[in-house]
Amino acid sequence: MSQLFVDIALYGPGFMRAAWLVLWLTVLTIIVSWICGLAAALAQRSDYRILRGIAGFYIWFIRGTPALVQIFIIYFGLPQLGIRLSPFTAGVIALGVNSGAYVAEIIRSGLSAIHKGQTESALAIGFSHAQTMRTIILPQVFRIILPSITNEAISTLKNTSLLSAITVVELTLYAQTLISATFRPFDFYIAVAVIYLALTSVLTQLANWLERRYARLS
Amino acid sequence: MTAPFLELREIRKSFGDNEVLKGVSLDVAQGEVVSIIGASGSGKSTFLRSINAMEMPQSGFMKFEGYSFDYRAESRFHPTLAQLQNLRAEIGMVFQSYNLWPHMTVLQNVIHAPMMLRGQSKADATAEGEALLSRIGLYEKRHSYPGRLSGGQQQRVAIARALAMKPKLMLFDEVTSALDPELVHEVLTLMASLAADGMTMLLVTHEIAFARDVSNRVLFFDQGVMAEQGPPDIVLKNPESPRLRQFLHRILHDAPSSEVRA
Repeated sequence: MSQLFVDIALYGPGFMRAAWLVLWLTVLTIIVSWICGLAAALAQRSDYRILRGIAGFYIWFIRGTPALVQIFIIYFGLPQLGIRLSPFTAGVIALGVNSGAYVAEIIRSGLSAIHKGQTESALAIGFSHAQTMRTIILPQVFRIILPSITNEAISTLKNTSLLSAITVVELTLYAQTLISATFRPFDFYIAVAVIYLALTSVLTQLANWLERRYARLS
Repeated sequence: MTAPFLELREIRKSFGDNEVLKGVSLDVAQGEVVSIIGASGSGKSTFLRSINAMEMPQSGFMKFEGYSFDYRAESRFHPTLAQLQNLRAEIGMVFQSYNLWPHMTVLQNVIHAPMMLRGQSKADATAEGEALLSRIGLYEKRHSYPGRLSGGQQQRVAIARALAMKPKLMLFDEVTSALDPELVHEVLTLMASLAADGMTMLLVTHEIAFARDVSNRVLFFDQGVMAEQGPPDIVLKNPESPRLRQFLHRILHDAPSSEVRA
């Protein structure tokens, strides 16, 4: 038992820093993924075939290739084209672009759940298409997709562990460095799992709270 | 003779090969209440929706207030998007399915457009919105969400939402067709009071009794043309065309009781 307290005193601060990095990576990745996802979902409904084509290709490519390969393309591949990114930046971009494709599909399904009369009544009163989207359609879509978008955020959080492969010292890689020094893989991987579990649970609670809040509103 | 308040000339609209409006013209005077009747597929709704270009006509001319549009694609008087938005803001429209915005309260539904499009302050818009809601008897419901309201109440809010923009013309597209029979009356009563206040109104309706009692003129649409028009006493009591006689016979005898208060 006393060993546990020693471990916590010894490695706790390091794990805390790594956990913070995971949260920070997740937040930035979610922002990138919502931008990509919204853009792709709207492009898919565009009147322009080129935009629909680009969005279709993006979603097809991302969903059809492993996230790890996408990360390698961004971090190891792009320097060959003269684009050199830090592990952190490359990681956020790769995971954000990856998750964006799934977010796009979620938003698309949310958009298709909105009755066309909603757009119609907004346009008829004099709103532009952009105003209609921003103030009438998307707020409703957001309420509908909240559960799926939460799942996607949780996946994103877990996927940050992939960034250990490109030397981002997040939880998983931090544990690996400790393990190579202490030869206690079971202890440290369990510790890492518990921390991930705590983080995803907080995220789930947050989403449940949001969902209840919005359920009350309508 | 003064120019008509609303002027439509030779409005044409096709969906693919199907020509829905085959050159319809209409003049409406200020304060006039015009009912449009006809079988489904006759083009009556498309015509109503072409007035505020919710259906964009493929050719024809339109004059209303300061707006003068030529809908032929190559015309330099073809409306721009901005012009269409301004035009629509001047014309209130109410739909069969209410189409209230479910994520906003009743009051928010009513003040949203005046605040965003007219730049009204929240305080002003709220004061005017609450006055409107009092008028339609739903002031108490101002903080409710539309989902909590009956169909008739929702439709009255939809009318208030349109009125909040202080429109000069109101379009009603079968606004009682989706309502339970016992709720039709409250909506028609509100529309009649608008008409009595001098609002210029065009309505597509199956409520023959309402058309007879409230409107100054009835138009009968058949296969994409305005087949007959005139004062309700004449058009509804002594129709000229056999098609209109058939239509009236059908709607007065076969229709469910809610649609027949003749």
